[in-house]
Amino acid sequence: MKRISPAITQLIAVGCLWTFTLLTLSILLFIIAYILIQGLPWLSWEFLSQAPESMGRRGGIFPMIVGTFMVAGLAVLIAAPIGIATAVYLTEYTREGKFTFIVRFGADCLAGIPSIIYGLFGFVFFAIALGMGLSVISGALTLTLMILPTIVRTAEEAIRAVPPAYREASYGLGSTRWQMVTRVVLPLALPGICTGIVLSLGRSISETAAVMLTAGSALRMPHSLSDSTRTLALHFYILSREGLSMDKAYATASVLILLILALNLFAYWLMRQVTRRNG
Amino acid sequence: MDAKIETKNLNLYYGDYHSLKGVNIAIPPRSITAIIGPSGCGKSTLLRCFNRMNELIPGVIIEGEILLDGENIHQQGTDLIRLRRRVGMVFQRPNPFPLSIADNITYGLRVHGTPPGQKHSDIVENSLRATLLWEEVKDKLHSPALALSPEQQQRLCISRVLAIEPEILLMDEPCSALDPIATDHIEDLMRDLSESYTIIIVTHNMQQASRVSSWSAFMLMGELIEFGPTVRIFNNPRDKRTEAYISGRYG
Repeated sequence: MKRISPAITQLIAVGCLWTFTLLTLSILLFIIAYILIQGLPWLSWEFLSQAPESMGRRGGIFPMIVGTFMVAGLAVLIAAPIGIATAVYLTEYTREGKFTFIVRFGADCLAGIPSIIYGLFGFVFFAIALGMGLSVISGALTLTLMILPTIVRTAEEAIRAVPPAYREASYGLGSTRWQMVTRVVLPLALPGICTGIVLSLGRSISETAAVMLTAGSALRMPHSLSDSTRTLALHFYILSREGLSMDKAYATASVLILLILALNLFAYWLMRQVTRRNG
Repeated sequence: MDAKIETKNLNLYYGDYHSLKGVNIAIPPRSITAIIGPSGCGKSTLLRCFNRMNELIPGVIIEGEILLDGENIHQQGTDLIRLRRRVGMVFQRPNPFPLSIADNITYGLRVHGTPPGQKHSDIVENSLRATLLWEEVKDKLHSPALALSPEQQQRLCISRVLAIEPEILLMDEPCSALDPIATDHIEDLMRDLSESYTIIIVTHNMQQASRVSSWSAFMLMGELIEFGPTVRIFNNPRDKRTEAYISGRYG
């Protein structure tokens, strides 16, 4: 068989890589564009600020926006301190060994569990066993469990990226470990930690299965943590699945996509701050 | 002359590796002592014993005594924070915190709880004057320390240590990241500082040791081979191995 010249192999390789990259990009753009084209025309201030009528066939999505932020925000508020504390303990306060391996392995496994399983667990544990019912707090606690592994691992990475020379300098000047962590390590790791938190917030906002079984699907405005609520993603699912209104469904999806897009851009911006400072 | 800090039969193990073997050395006060020897001879390890920095590494076992002004720094109840305050350290690569120049200097004061105020600004000025950095940075005390040149950064790191008023300065190859001119400047600075501080410097550079130090210790494979006045060590070494190293036959 005749050998193909390296120059031609190189050309073919570049061609293939370029094509697949373009394919990935166009799929992504297609989905976003499709939903925005379908949804944007129905988007209006009234849609964003009014309550739904007739199961969501008419009116807006204001209670869902509030509900989404309550559930996702509360989840992040609970998960962030626990996650950061765990990451600090794993990186600064303990030596690598069986225990850290188990915690890390466990976190990685938890991160891979399908969200419907979290939903089922949250339903059985928080809603039924602890008697919280279908509520904002049940949903938030379930999401907390779901995003905790991500927050721990991203915070760990961010803390590990702080150069050891700063730790030595701090010890050399007679600081305690806690002073070193709070005054040197955490401020430097903060942008990276925040990136993980923002991405987790995005994941909480877009979650459907886990909140369906725990926060419920009430259409009314949630007034307390024990009220049931319906998040945007779930609202979209119900509108389209029950065939209530495809226009409203796409408009809801557009809001979700724009929200996630904004959050991811923010996360990227934070990431850039880290690289700029370390660079 | 009483030693400022001395070791008595100091042994250090990294797990199974015997890194320091029965080291006995008495460092004279208010002078510069250079520790020389080939890579891996244990000179940095010995330096890091003096402020107990080795204990940050997992699996380190230390035997023997280290006496600071006659007091064992390993005895129970030794205040590690106070020890590191008395025995300051300057590292191989300049490592100012990514903070402002002034905040770098006051870091030590802040962790030791000195209340901010006029005292802080006096200390900032005095420590920067001591390393001859003041004139260069006095108008930009609140700009980032990382914007300084490597030499200025190393001066800043020395100022940062001086701000906590140590008695001993440990310097772990403080010029290895600097060019020859900056090295020259730092050496001048060390000579000035040796009037009030006990300085122990680890260096790969034998010219540097002979230029700057009054006492020299030669180490080889974890053992202290020879210790004495630098002039004697360099001109009339007593041990064959010292002579071989100094004449450049190995290392």
